[in-house]
Amino acid sequence: MTTYIIRRLIQAFFVMILATVIIFCVMRLLPGDPILLFVSQDEYTRTTSQEDIDALRKKFGLDKSLPMQYFDWIGGVLKGDFGESIFFGTTVMEEIGSALPVTFNIGIITFILANLIGIPAGVICAVRRGKWSDTLLTVLANLGITVPIFWLGILLIYFFGLYLGWLPIQGYTSPFEDFSLSVQKLIMPIICLVLFPLAGTTRQTRSAMLEIIRQDYIRTAWAKGLTEKTIIIRHAVRNGIIPVVTLAGMGIPMILGGQVVIETVFNIPGMGRLAVNALFSQDYAVTQGVVLIMSTIIVLSNLLVDISYGWIDPRVRYD
Amino acid sequence: MTKGKNKMSEINETFNSSIDEAPPRVTAIKRFSRVFFARRVVIFGLVVITILVLTAIFAPLLAPYDPYKQNLNNILSKPNSEHWLGTDTLGRDTMSRIIYGTRTSLLVGIVAIFIAATIGMFLGLTAGYMGGATNTVIMRLIDAMMTFPMILLALTIAALLGVGLKSIIIALGISLVPPYARVMCGQALAIKQNDYVMAGRAMGAKSSRVMLRHVAPNCFPPLIVLMTMMIGSAILAEASLSFLGIGIRPPGAAWGAMVSEGYRYLLTTPVLSFAPGLAIMLVVFAFNMVGDGLRDALDPRLRGSI
Repeated sequence: MTTYIIRRLIQAFFVMILATVIIFCVMRLLPGDPILLFVSQDEYTRTTSQEDIDALRKKFGLDKSLPMQYFDWIGGVLKGDFGESIFFGTTVMEEIGSALPVTFNIGIITFILANLIGIPAGVICAVRRGKWSDTLLTVLANLGITVPIFWLGILLIYFFGLYLGWLPIQGYTSPFEDFSLSVQKLIMPIICLVLFPLAGTTRQTRSAMLEIIRQDYIRTAWAKGLTEKTIIIRHAVRNGIIPVVTLAGMGIPMILGGQVVIETVFNIPGMGRLAVNALFSQDYAVTQGVVLIMSTIIVLSNLLVDISYGWIDPRVRYD
Repeated sequence: MTKGKNKMSEINETFNSSIDEAPPRVTAIKRFSRVFFARRVVIFGLVVITILVLTAIFAPLLAPYDPYKQNLNNILSKPNSEHWLGTDTLGRDTMSRIIYGTRTSLLVGIVAIFIAATIGMFLGLTAGYMGGATNTVIMRLIDAMMTFPMILLALTIAALLGVGLKSIIIALGISLVPPYARVMCGQALAIKQNDYVMAGRAMGAKSSRVMLRHVAPNCFPPLIVLMTMMIGSAILAEASLSFLGIGIRPPGAAWGAMVSEGYRYLLTTPVLSFAPGLAIMLVVFAFNMVGDGLRDALDPRLRGSI
């Protein structure tokens, strides 16, 4: 087990290095020059000489060779310094520091709800196969993976925000500041975000459970005279949960990807909106920093999923 | 002698008649279609896809108006008998734009998946068949790609390539590679254990020949299922990218961009945003259902159960 975890950690480390190289290269390949783009915004207020441009380039280290820029960046990241934003005039750490808690808060709630509702829903579908509850939930799950979430967001804004006027239509408030306002603002974005992973979890749990309840040991459990509750919870769910855990791990990049879109729809100052804005304004350091943080979250969650197999399924031996 | 011959023909006769009485052989196609067409929703999906493909092809004949023609005297009109879904900010007919948008969606969805599947198949096949260092390098690269949320990766690549239909297709084509590479690698690893692969190699066939002629064709069923199921995801992703503003150039019609344009006029003309969203849902639903049907029909474990 320990050897496995160590090997898995080394692998994750190399994957992370590859990921940083990809992020860095892609950002440098983007057409256009962030310094010129930045300077062009000031065109009307002051004239910028070539010396000023060169000075800016030097300030952000963009005058060095690409490999040097890469090592500068990585060296900084390891010391907790992600560089400076060209546009916002702040450090990347400040930007991420304010955006990450927002995204984290929304993401965690979404993740928990998706599994808390999705797994029981999938189990109910499988146990009541063919009954109305199964049909209804399956149809809902199939619709859930079909809806464009940004469109659903707009529908909700129209109906609950503008038409009924029940909920605020945009923005974010920290739950520590004003809890009830925070909840009100989070309801609609979370409904949009949870839908896809929730539907996925329900479908996956259903098909995993359908396979399990055909097994011999389930028949044995029935023959022993155990109650349905015991059979489902102790025997079926325990075995059916493994593919669901994999899917839960895969759900994290899905939620983060959803946040890129939904934070734009609801104007939430999180990592997703920051990534989109920084990308469009070619703010190298910010985009790199945001993507790097997201990658790290995804790598760590995959690592956790792999390690949790051994805990959930005693048949899994790491060797 | 003659008696023996008679006996023989008698035996032959009984043998032949027993063959005639045996149940008709179930061919692979019959078995496939029996499962595939068993669910009504799959047939519904198939019908919808057919209609959409025809709509895309015959868009100029079906659209009541020119989707690019502006009429500034008639902007943001509500749905009426002339313009069934109203008009947008430039007075263009929404219905016609949705009909033309079918082309964008289907084209992007299908071509992007085709690119992703081709690259993924090639990488996965090479990694799985060659094994060793090749496998490590390719699959770690795929792992690294999977550390980015797909939509963010596609967004970045699309930004890199610039605005336009082509760049969005390539961006999605690249960012959807990982699942194909993974499935193909797993398949190739399993299939190369078969005797016929060894036989091929023993006869001196080159690696490339064994890979393409013997391993690849046997990997196809799960790949085809994955392709159909993911056309829906690709169309959704295209809509998201168009919504975020990286997509096809303004006069062109894309559903995601239409939702985004309509968002600004939500209070006055919500139909501008609602209608294209419904169209996206319909296409994605159709492809998902057909994908489900294909998966059931091609899954050997489900054979005989339905």
